[in-house]
Amino acid sequence: MNEYQTIAAGLLSSGTAAMVIGYSEGSAKRVRPVFFTRPEEASTLVFDSRCVQNIAVYLTKKEIRTEGKIAIIASLPVMRSIIQLASEHQLSEEKIIVIGITPSGEVKQFNGFDALDAYVSSTTIEIEARYREKIEQVEKMTLTERWNFWKNELSACFKCYACRAACPMCYCTRCTVEMNQPQWIPVPSHTLGNFEWHIMRAMHLAGRCVDCNACAEACPLGIPFNLLTKQMILQFKKDFGGYNPSLKGLNILSSYLPDDKENFIQ
Amino acid sequence: MENKIFEPKIVAFVCNWCTYAGADLTGTSRIKYAPNVKIVRFPCTGRIDFMLLLKAFGEGADGIIVSGCHPNDCHYTSGNFHARRRWISFRSLLDFLGIDTGRITFSWVSAAEGAKWAALVNDTVSRIKELGPYTDYEKVARYYEEEVNHE
Repeated sequence: MNEYQTIAAGLLSSGTAAMVIGYSEGSAKRVRPVFFTRPEEASTLVFDSRCVQNIAVYLTKKEIRTEGKIAIIASLPVMRSIIQLASEHQLSEEKIIVIGITPSGEVKQFNGFDALDAYVSSTTIEIEARYREKIEQVEKMTLTERWNFWKNELSACFKCYACRAACPMCYCTRCTVEMNQPQWIPVPSHTLGNFEWHIMRAMHLAGRCVDCNACAEACPLGIPFNLLTKQMILQFKKDFGGYNPSLKGLNILSSYLPDDKENFIQ
Repeated sequence: MENKIFEPKIVAFVCNWCTYAGADLTGTSRIKYAPNVKIVRFPCTGRIDFMLLLKAFGEGADGIIVSGCHPNDCHYTSGNFHARRRWISFRSLLDFLGIDTGRITFSWVSAAEGAKWAALVNDTVSRIKELGPYTDYEKVARYYEEEVNHE
């Protein structure tokens, strides 16, 4: 057994954790999330580059909350999500053990959020070069070209909301998209409905998105709507100097500085 | 109809404490300004949901004004600071999506600036007149009619 499997088995057999959430081999050479309570199952855990689903999404589910103490196999984006959720008071520290696996493959166990926060703060969210290039490409277009580009890209969306289901930050029990008095977002997957859904999603994730890419991975049609949140992160870095989830750091949109700079308010 | 001069429809989302009172002062001071604007009063600019701006465009607005108290003047201390951050991020998102941010005027107008309100509306109206009607967004908003026509 490798390190994270040993830790997971140890936590379960000592009774420290009631359940472990991680990834195991699924069908068609893909991985799937697993939730297990018996230490002998720890040997089925896998962790590699295929583990792109953000399993922090399960931590806010009521079925998991009632399970007692949870240990979670966490990649860096999952660790960031946990810190972001904790800063939004969605997770309780005494109920979560993080078995972190750093991008270099080092296994680190975090028992408290402070230690996890310190680790997450030592890293920075960087948008991958291939996305940066794509964003620049879109930004260089004229206004009409951009409008047509997005109209075309978003026309594929049939509003399955897989992006929402995959996102750990979309934990609202009632989403704006389900508000129908008045109807905020048109239900049909027409251009308007698609535009408003993706604008709403991006804005509600503004300053909270940890750039894990789980939404885009979950999209059955491969719509590049993750460019929206990525563009916002790049913009936030420019406008507000820095972007990283942190326990005490307030979200970009729930905090302010009296001398925030803009150039368009008359 | 062809010869009719284009009169833009402008929706103004303003805060109750500064800009709404400012616009009131414009009226009581008998300053004349463009009648194209429809004012929607909010408790605070911090309360204006970004979706409302999209709804205005969807319903056929050619331009939008968003205005509230000057920084440090907010009735609720920090509503306009929060609003400022929201508009900074929302504006860049709209621009990235190809929605014309030139049609949205953001401003601070205090309760004492009746003349500034009149100038702001006049400026916005003349700018939108040059830009012409905004049809991109409204067109996609008429999806229902389109579907009926299709059938």
